[in-house]
Amino acid sequence: MEANTRSTGRLPAAFLTPGSSSFMDFLAEHQPELLPGNRQLPPVQGVVEAPHGTTIVAVTFPGGVVLAGDRRATMGNVIAQRDIEKVFPADEYSAVGIAGTAGLAVEMVKLFQLELEHFEKVEGTQLSLEGKANRLSTMIRSNLGMAMQGLAVVPLFAGYDVDRGKGRIFSYDVTGGRSEEQSYAATGSGSVFARGAMKKLFRDDLTEAEATTLVVQALYDAADDDSATGGPDVARRIYPIVTVITEDGFRRLTDDEGAEIARSILERRLEHPDGPRAALL
Amino acid sequence: MSTPFYVSPQQAMADRAEYARKGIARGRSLVVLQYTDGIVFVGENPSRALHKFSEIYDRIGFAAAGKYNEYENLRIGGVRYADLRGYTYDRDDVTARGLANVYAQTLGTIFSSSGEKPYEVELVVAEVGETPEQDQMYRLPHDGSIVDEHGSVAVGGNAEQISSYLDQRHRDGMSLAEALQLAVQALSRDTNGSQREIPAERLEVAVLDRTRPQKRKFKRITGGQLSRLLERGAAGAAESGTGSDAAGSDEE
Repeated sequence: MEANTRSTGRLPAAFLTPGSSSFMDFLAEHQPELLPGNRQLPPVQGVVEAPHGTTIVAVTFPGGVVLAGDRRATMGNVIAQRDIEKVFPADEYSAVGIAGTAGLAVEMVKLFQLELEHFEKVEGTQLSLEGKANRLSTMIRSNLGMAMQGLAVVPLFAGYDVDRGKGRIFSYDVTGGRSEEQSYAATGSGSVFARGAMKKLFRDDLTEAEATTLVVQALYDAADDDSATGGPDVARRIYPIVTVITEDGFRRLTDDEGAEIARSILERRLEHPDGPRAALL
Repeated sequence: MSTPFYVSPQQAMADRAEYARKGIARGRSLVVLQYTDGIVFVGENPSRALHKFSEIYDRIGFAAAGKYNEYENLRIGGVRYADLRGYTYDRDDVTARGLANVYAQTLGTIFSSSGEKPYEVELVVAEVGETPEQDQMYRLPHDGSIVDEHGSVAVGGNAEQISSYLDQRHRDGMSLAEALQLAVQALSRDTNGSQREIPAERLEVAVLDRTRPQKRKFKRITGGQLSRLLERGAAGAAESGTGSDAAGSDEE
């Protein structure tokens, strides 16, 4: 069947055939070559050089969840981009942050957003948060071939579960393995350091403002020890992207809000370079 | 063997058109109106779950009268068309005009192919622009023709009468409450001119609101918000009985 969405002819039969509410299923049937997972890579020697995104962090707080990412993309030891965006809204109540091969990851997010929106429009209702997380799992799994060649995408998915009334975080591995994280999570090359910071700073009763500060502190610590993670760039006014998802839906902090948090942290770090201290006992 | 009766092409088409029109007339009419911040869809629909209006894409909405399974099929086809197009090119490349053309081609082919029964549906495809001048509304009757509409449009069994009522009363720059009030009045007039009451819970209302911060402008109006709007519209209508311009902002 030809893909004549480019012409203004009649809708092809596949469009009017009752079927799944999934956009990916529709693509697989109608135009399988458009699915990223169906792409054939030529045999390559060694690792493909492509920009990589690095650290993404998330924490829950009573009433929601915060997802944030630094802005650096690297290619080997070169900074490929200083202001890349790695955190995206997936739909009204969820967001996805991506670490790994930037080009593939951005494409995956685009398809994931469309998948959720398509389901919502066709069915007239949203997928459950669990359903969304599973859908993302499937997409990562379909990228396994490329992941084996070094083009891995490892997202962090966070959302507000409308049914349970709380924020939840899901992390993934390259094979699509999914696990729900309690309290906080991180992915990407700086994640070890970010996780350490969050471990020390996390509490069960954080306010939204404290949670947004916490993630920026964690990103700062990741940038401190991981060369592939970028810290707040005051000279260029590039600050981490911080998003909050609550009962009211997805919200990305404005540039001014982001800058304010980053600047106040920077100011403190001038006195205490290692950041806030946790009690010894 | 007896030879089949000769039926002239004119007669065959007239029969098909009549068949489709009768099917559409069995359903209730619905109206789509421009108001100052967007486009409002209003119809009588006792079902909470089976919608007559729905979102196709960011700025594009869909309304249909007639046979449910047929227009639902077309609606999903439209969603697939829009999503695929937006995915292949860019979200901005999905337009109501493009979608209306595809629907027109589809309906037209079905209508004139002798192997298929004509669809008993009448559609409206509307796209909200940055300004009221950029709003687009297309009406698509069962035969695949396409009509570019402005201000207001009605489809369904009683459409002609309703649209002439709307044409006389609809003006540019109406508030949402005013437009809603006018739509309900138009829908609740019977063929003999008498008014009947349509309770709020039998109304299906949706808007394409250009002031929404999200890129997806389609939104259903239900429950408390709908009754508040209806009350405000009724109050405005009572005030403007003397001909004064009924004021009343309608921020949600």
